[in-house]
This record gives sequence, structure tokens and C-alpha cells, in this order.
Amino acid sequence: MLVLIGVLLVIVGFAIRLNPLVVVTVAGIVTALLGGLNPVQILDAFGSGFASSRSVTIFVAVLPVVGIIEFFGLQEQAKTLIGKLAKLTAGRVLLGYLAVRQITAAVGLNSVGGHAQTVRPLVFPMAEGAALRRYGHVPEHIKERIKAHSAGADNVGVFFGEDVFVAVGSILLITTFVDTTYHLHLEPLQLALWAIPTALAAFLIHGFRLLRLDKSLDKEYRKLEATEPAVAGEAK
Amino acid sequence: MINVEAVYWFIGILFIAWAALIMRDPNHPRRWGSSAFWGLLGLCFFYGTWVQAGTAPGWILGIAVLVLVALAASGQLADGRAKTSTGEQREAFAARFGNKLFIPALTLPVVTVILVLLAPVLNIGKTPILDPKNTTLVALAIGAIVAAVVALLILRPKHPLTPVFESRRILESIGWAALLPQMLSTLGILFTKAGVGTAVSTLATGVMPKGSLLAAVIVYCVGMFVFTVLMGNGFAAFPIMTAAIGWPVLVQQFHGNPPIVFAIGMLAGFCGTLCTPMAANFNLVPSALLEMKNKYGVIGAQLGTAFPLLVVNTALMYFLAF
Repeated sequence: MLVLIGVLLVIVGFAIRLNPLVVVTVAGIVTALLGGLNPVQILDAFGSGFASSRSVTIFVAVLPVVGIIEFFGLQEQAKTLIGKLAKLTAGRVLLGYLAVRQITAAVGLNSVGGHAQTVRPLVFPMAEGAALRRYGHVPEHIKERIKAHSAGADNVGVFFGEDVFVAVGSILLITTFVDTTYHLHLEPLQLALWAIPTALAAFLIHGFRLLRLDKSLDKEYRKLEATEPAVAGEAK
Repeated sequence: MINVEAVYWFIGILFIAWAALIMRDPNHPRRWGSSAFWGLLGLCFFYGTWVQAGTAPGWILGIAVLVLVALAASGQLADGRAKTSTGEQREAFAARFGNKLFIPALTLPVVTVILVLLAPVLNIGKTPILDPKNTTLVALAIGAIVAAVVALLILRPKHPLTPVFESRRILESIGWAALLPQMLSTLGILFTKAGVGTAVSTLATGVMPKGSLLAAVIVYCVGMFVFTVLMGNGFAAFPIMTAAIGWPVLVQQFHGNPPIVFAIGMLAGFCGTLCTPMAANFNLVPSALLEMKNKYGVIGAQLGTAFPLLVVNTALMYFLAF
């Protein structure tokens, strides 16, 4: 049971925002000491663990092609495509973005989106603009909800899209770990394939919730108009 | 035969090339520390070949890994912000190439999948061309190279090494975090060696009704979820829950199909990532970026997806893997 201190160290270290590399290394050393390994064995464990985990870093092999298409305007082109969603309602803008984000992540293009790259400059303003067009004004608490859902669509899209792509850390971490520990032999592609049912479920569940967001906003505005008709009227 | 070690050497060469570019950049804020970090990392990819084969001592690589962590933690690493195209240039390029820009990107998965499917018949004499033990990884590396060549042919940059220059820019913007997944994987292996999984297994089997497959699937999925919430990422949770339940109970005892159990197990963990402030990059940074009043607002918007999806994952595992 004492070895669980290592898990606790990871939790505490991440919670107080120490450099994650240091947290992971210290937790590893402490756990190994508690597990009865001597210093040379610990270094050995780090070395052989690193050597057998090299596949996890294979994502860097994809950087050259992503780099050159970014140089030639990949993100700008993606923004143009996403911009075509602008005529929809807030929930549908986000649904469209969810689809784009999930599909591009599934083919390895994680970098076309992101909170700094697309959510803040593009997705939120478009969703907010859609609400403004439909309702005439966007009070602060509704703005807050649209912001939260803009970031949420990005996270759900990328989390449940990227696992369909084989060169992603989580897939290779699985194969590395089970191949090293249990002498199995799993192909990353098999795992990526079995990520597809969850990817579809994530799209259906989150997509449904985004469509419901439109209905819930309709209701919210009806309530607003009923309680403070003057303010709502003025803003129009 | 193209061995998976060739793929690691290719990655090693990339790291060393990036280190050389940084070393030649006089305007880099941490020129020496950064090039030392990426260069040493590249060398580790070569040396790892012999460690993996058992012909070289692992502790030397262990020391190198600790040096990498020390370099990163002591702030020797910085983003050199390599020169790239300007915003206006990119707009102009995007207008010119349009959706053609996506062709190289799509080449990568298409080539990878085709190679994997063809691998069983790609032989020279009786020797397979692609390492049969690591077909996907080898196919992926070839796909990445083909995609870069396709990009060069379509986009025709002034300098043929543009993919290398531009990937250095991305790598430096990722910084030391590029090493984190591999370190988490190493930690997972270490945890298992030290018996963390067995300890969690003892705790889990205490609450689990014996002989019930459904209970075991639920404990594995919910365990992945909880550990991911606590540790902020599924990578750290996976080895623990897999050593505790996934392998000994679901695969060995109930004969679950390993790729299905593990793939869906990890995705159950991702549901936890949607719910935890520990995953700051995904859940707290955006609320700051969007200037939200409630910094947990993003998590709030995600809970309604995370919980049903966790249930779906549990059901998918139960019905598909057994």
C-alpha cells in the first residue's frame, strides 16, 4: 500500500502546478525506492522505460508536413471554412465547429483548432453574433454560457476525435504499456478503430446538447422579455 | 525489412536537425540550453535501440533522461519563435491554394492505412518489407514522409527544407511538454514494476462483487474516470487501472478482447478530463482566455456530456469486448 504514495505525489504535484516533468520524475523515483529498487536499478528502470516508450513521441514525425501546410495558410483556410457557419444559430454554429474539430483531429490535424487559435478569435464571436442576430441583445449571463459551450465544443471535438488517429499519444501509450508489461502485441490501428464507436457517441450526445442549447436560449429570452420588457425592448 | 528502430532513428535525426537549427540561431533566447535539450533527446532515440535490444546498459539512458528533466525544469529551454510566413502572406497563400492545403494532411492517414492493409502481401522473397511486429508505426512514418513530399510538390516552397524549418517552430512552441507523454508512459511502467497496480487492485476487489463481469467493467471505467479527474490526465491513470483491473480481471479472467477493453478504457478516462480543473490547459486556460466570470464555467458546460458518455463507454465495453 505504501507505493500508493507515488500516486498521491502526482496528484499533489499537479495540483500545486509544479513542472509536470519534475512531478513525474520525482513520483517515479519515490515509488521505485518504496518498491525496494536501488539507485542503479532506478536509473535502469528510467532508461529502459524511456527506450520502450519511444513510440509515444512518434507524433513529431508528423510535424514537418503540418509545419509546411501551416506556413502556406492551413489555419487561415480552416478559418475561412469555419466562417461559412456564420449564418446559423448559436447552437448550430457550435455543432458545425464540433464536427470540423472532430473530423480534423481524426486525421491528425489537431493544430487547426484550439482555444487560442480558433475558439477565442472565431468560434465564440460567431456564436455570440448568431445570438445577437436572433435575439437582438446578449446579456452577460448568456454570453457566459455561450463562452463555456464554445470552449466545450473544442474539447469534446478534439478529445474524441484524436483517438481515431493512430499517431496520438494516448493510443501509443496503451500499446507501449501493455506490450512492455504483458508481452502482448497490439497494433495501434486496432485501438484507433475501436475508438470510433465512442467518437460517434460523443458527437451524438454533445451535438444533441448543442441543439438543445438553442431551445434553452429561446426559453431564456422569453422569460427575460416577460420579466423586463422595457430593457429588452430598448436594446432592440 | 524496415524495422521500427529505423523509425526511431528517423525521429532522432529530426530532433538533431532541430537542435542544429536552434544552435545556428543567434537570436535565440536560450540557444545553448535549448539545442542541448533537443540534441540530447535525439541521441536518446538512437541509444535506446541498444537498450531495447539489451546490449547496452539502461542506466546511462536513465541519467540522460534525468538531465533532460533538469534542463527543462531549470528554465534552460525557451521558444526561439523561428521566423515564418506573416499573417498577410498566409492569407494570400490560403486564397491561392484553398482546400488543396488539406491534401498533404489527408495523404498521411490514407498512406498509413493502405500500407497497413497491404503489409501482409508486401514481401521481398520471404522477408516482409514492413516490420510485422510494428506495422502501424512503420507505415505511419512512411506516410509522414510521403505527405511532406506531396506538400513540397503541391506548394513548391522556395526552400526544400521548409518542412524541417517549420516543424522546428511547432516543436519549440510545444517545448518540454513534447517529452511529457513519454515520461508519463515511463512512469506507468515504473508504477507497475513497483506494484502500484496490485495495491489498487487490492482496494478495488474489496468493493467489487466477485465473478461479476458487469461490476468489473464498471469498476474499470469508473476507476479510469476517477483517477483521471484526480491526476488531470488519462495517461497517468491508464497504467494504474489497467494493472489493477483491466489486465488481471477483464482480459485474463473474463477473456475480454484487449484492444477494445484498453481503447474504451482510455476514452472513459477522457470523460474524466472533461470534468477536472487539474486539466488546466483544457478547462481553466480557456475560461481565462474568454474572460469568463466563472473559471469553472467550461467544466460546467462539459459535465452534461461527460457523464452520459461515461455510461456509453461502459456499455460499449461490456457489449463489444466480451
